[in-house]
This record gives sequence, structure tokens and C-alpha cells, in this order.
Amino acid sequence: MKQFKGKVLFLDRSDINTDEIIPAKYLIEISKDALRPHLLEDLKLSDFEPSKDIAGKAIIVTRSNFGCGSSREHAPWALEVNGINLVIAESFARIFRQNMFNCGMMAVELQQDHIDRLFTDFSGDQTIIETDLPNSRFIVSSGKTRAEFPFSISDFDRALVEAGGWVEYADQNY
Amino acid sequence: MGKTVAEKIFDAHRVDNPCDDIHVIRLDAVFCHEITTPVAINDLIARGKDRVFNSSKIKAVIDHVTPAKNSKTAMQGKIVRDWARRHHIMDFFDIGRNGVCHAIFPEKGFVRPGYTIIMGDSHTCTHGAFGAFAAGVGTTDLEVGILKGVCAFHYPQTIKIEVNGALPAGVYAKDVILSIIGKIGVSGATNKVIEFVGQVIDEMSMESRMTLCNMAVEAGATSGICYPDMTTVEYLWPFIQDEFKTKDDARDAYLKFHSDKDAVYDALITVDVGDLEPQTTFGYKPDCVKPVHEMHGTPVDQVYIGSCTNGRLEDLRIAASVLKGYRISDTVRGIVSPATPEIFSRALEEGIIKVFMDAGFCVTNPTCGACLGMSNGVLAEGEVCASTTNRNFFGRMGKGGMVHLMSPATAAATAIAGFITNSKLFKG
Ligand code: SF4
Repeated sequence: MKQFKGKVLFLDRSDINTDEIIPAKYLIEISKDALRPHLLEDLKLSDFEPSKDIAGKAIIVTRSNFGCGSSREHAPWALEVNGINLVIAESFARIFRQNMFNCGMMAVELQQDHIDRLFTDFSGDQTIIETDLPNSRFIVSSGKTRAEFPFSISDFDRALVEAGGWVEYADQNY
Repeated sequence: MGKTVAEKIFDAHRVDNPCDDIHVIRLDAVFCHEITTPVAINDLIARGKDRVFNSSKIKAVIDHVTPAKNSKTAMQGKIVRDWARRHHIMDFFDIGRNGVCHAIFPEKGFVRPGYTIIMGDSHTCTHGAFGAFAAGVGTTDLEVGILKGVCAFHYPQTIKIEVNGALPAGVYAKDVILSIIGKIGVSGATNKVIEFVGQVIDEMSMESRMTLCNMAVEAGATSGICYPDMTTVEYLWPFIQDEFKTKDDARDAYLKFHSDKDAVYDALITVDVGDLEPQTTFGYKPDCVKPVHEMHGTPVDQVYIGSCTNGRLEDLRIAASVLKGYRISDTVRGIVSPATPEIFSRALEEGIIKVFMDAGFCVTNPTCGACLGMSNGVLAEGEVCASTTNRNFFGRMGKGGMVHLMSPATAAATAIAGFITNSKLFKG
């Protein structure tokens, strides 16, 4: 099972599409690792510097409809090879969300006021999120500030995360 | 309680219901292209699972970059080609016989009412035009589809969009779907199936229905669906004539892929297109939509006519009817890419290719090409393209490039004028 804890990359925008997460020109790569330097390289977000801002981050917190657009699974892979296995957002595009769990990664929705709180109370380079999967909660801390956010994922998504993804799950079960 | 067509299809294909509303369904077809499939193939090999569930239900094409433009794209093609040979996938379309996936697979008769289809491509929803449940998936879903012939989905909720009125001259399916996306937004149908019904749909050709369903995903939808009717039967007849005595029989049999009258919908939307004007996009999301007259005069550097949205014969005919007798502006590069070899050769026979060439268009081989900014017409930074494709994301057709989506008629008119304009200026 993958790790779901670490420093947070805050992306304060809705509708971040998969072309921004990983531009189409890298779809010709046939190894996941080749995607590593190109994550979010075309993101339209002021003051965002991919190489500097992504380094050392393990989790993304963002707004609504994250991962819209092309179905490319290169988007979660680009996250995965950068050590980011968890995205927390107000909502996700369907295929992107499914792709995340299919890879044994997590895309978790939190309600809007919780996302707002993450941005107002925690945004900054020192925020750390830990995932308590058995109890379905995130423990968020930044210096002395600390908060817990309950989340829910389906039993099936949980089973996928635990099996290490959909290929293994399906080959065992069907 | 009645069922929607998507619910009927799910109920007929269910293999498992592992939790809540997640349903694992059996697949009638798995479509593959060379961008998303090689990684799936390589991953299956790495897992020691290089198998296919049924080689006759897997269809593959090399369409996105073809002919290959460099060593990397050549390798993508090779991986798919070798895999198709290794597993005896007979319906594999390589250079010379290849075309844009969502145009060539229906043309070959691989899509039927009631089918379940997945592909590692978001515009797989196109095939819903035949009354099928067809959804784009990621590579892992594709891997499982190839390996086991199943896929997991949420039990479908459906938005019914009823399109009424009579389409004014110069207004087409593309304008209808752009205006709908403008209205409901890029996530207006997320996780939902969109059913397109109503008089306007009933009167549409299969090509137009495919244009409509093709862009359902731009509103976030899993699949678009149209009810199969006599138009569907006519299109499919060469492929189904052994199954049915008459066309009427086929149409009646396909009635089971219409929603019940008392089916329950997530939302009902009614659209009247009687006053609809040609539409185009202005920003970097497909829901940034305006009537063409509000964008009139916006200069463009390139006009692209093609893709799985609008690269079919009907589209080329419409564009040619605008272009006939005109030359495109000196300031514009015109590119047309017939979506399949069949479309290309029929367009040749009908003299359409000549009209394009006389007007100053470059005619490319069937391919996705410029649509995703990988070959055959990539934009330079700061350039603007009027395009019949389906996505206007920043950089979609080339880094730093801007795309305005529109119908083939509007694109043709724009090519002549050199700026965005309405086709009625050039066509009676
Ligand atoms: S034509 Fe464009 S949208 Fe359609 S399948 Fe090809 S790349 Fe995708």
C-alpha cells in the first residue's frame, strides 16, 4: 500500500485540467518516470513555479473539478513519480478520480468549508497531512495549529487502495 | 419503476456489485489507440499478465500520430502493432487503413445499440450516438478491460436533454452541443450520462449525433446516448442485415434501448434551438461559449477542419459548400484532415477534396494530428486557431496557442475571411 502523508502543495484554483497536470506532448512517453520533471508545467496559476513548489510535496490540496479534460492516466502517474499519492479537493472529474484509485492512490473530496479552512488556516510550505485510513480522517498540522478532517471513501475504493490498484483487484476477483 | 437506457444496459451486463453503487459490467468491445494502450501493454507485461480476454472484441488503431513523426511515436505504434499480432487481434488498423478512432470504429460496424464499450480516450462517449453505453477510461481500466473484459462504473444517473425546434440554416449539431455546454458548464454532467432526445435529434444524421455525443464529456458526462431509430438502422444495415429480416424488425428490436416513459432522471433540460445562432468558444474551457457574431472579426492564424468531432463526410460536405468558389485568406493556414480513408475517398469522389485544395487548404491523411497538438499543424506560441475539434484548453493544439471551437461551416467561413465570422456571409 502507498503512503499518504507528508507536505502539502496548495493549488488555489478550480478546473485544473489534465493538460495542465501533464501536457499532451509527453503522452508519447512510454515510461512513467519520464514524466517526473513535467508535472504541472503548464499550470495557469500566478506565482506558481513547478520545480520549486513541487519539490518535497506528497499531497495536493485544491478546489473543485480537479483533473477535468483528457482521460490520460499520465496525470496520476506524473503525480505518483513525484511522490504525490493523495489529492484532496472539493470535487474531481470522474475519470481522473477513478484513475487515482485504480493506481492504488487516493483522490478524496472534502466539503467546501473544510477546503476553505485548509486554505485559510494552513496554506504554506510547512503544512503536513497524515492519513488515518482505518478511521477515515486526515490530521493536518502546521506549527502549533492542528486539525482533523473526517473523510469518506467507498469500501470499494478502500479495497483498491489496499490491494494496490484495480489490475490486481480485478485479476483476483473476476 | 421504469429504467433509463443506460440502466437497462447496465442491468443486462452486470457481473458484480462490489459495493454501494459500483457495478462491474461485462464489455462488448474494448477499443485501443497508440497513445494510451502501449503503457497498458507494458504494464501487463511487467505484471506477467500479457493476455487478452477475447481478441475479437478488441479493436485497435494507430491514429493519433500517423505516420510516426519521431522515434518515440514510432515506438508507440510498434508496441501496439506487435501486441495486436501476438494476440491475433484481427481488427487492427495501421497506416493506409487507419483513421481517427471514434470515426473509424463506428464506420466498420463495431458499435451496436445496447453495447458496452470502453477505450482509453475521453471521447469514447461518441459511440453513445448508437444507443450504446460508451465511456472513456484511464489506462488501468483499459488494462483490466483487455485482460478480463470488465469495467467498474457507478450505476448511471442520467440527465435528459430534450432538443426541440427547427435548426436554422447554417446552424449544426456542433452549435447545439456548444450552446448546451455553455449552459450547463464543464462539470454540469460529471458522473452522469446525457440522453439526447427530441425532434432535433430524431432528425439528425448519425454523423450529427456522433458530434453531439462526442462533446458530452466536455460537460463532464460519462457517456452521451441517443435512442436507436431508423437512422441508426440505416447506418448499421450493412453489418446487421443477417441478424434481422427487415429494417423495421431491427428498429423494433432496438426499441429496448430506449428509456421507459417512467424512467427516473437526475435532471431534465429542455432546449429550443429555433433561434440558435452559430456558436464559438472564447476562452480556455469548452463552456466559454458565445454566438459567433459576438466574436466576429477575431483574427486567426490557422483553420483546422477534422477530428472525431467534425471530420466526417457530412462535415467536409458542409465546409466545402461554404468554400466553393472562394479562396481562403492569405493570412490563414487552412488544414483539413478527413477522419478515415473511407471518408477521404468518398470526399475525393464527390469533388470535395478539390474544393478544399482550390480554396488553398492543405489536405492531410486521416489522423488526430493537430487536434491534440502533436503533429500536422501544431500552433506556435501566441497563435490562434479556429478549429472544428472539441477542446480549447490552453496549449491544446500547441504550447501557448489559443483555440476557438466551432462548426465546420463557421470554420470554413473563418478561413475565407481570415477572422471569425458567420458562414451565411458566403453561403446563400
Ligand atoms: S481527434 Fe482529437 S479528440 Fe478525437 S480522439 Fe483524436 S486527439 Fe482525441
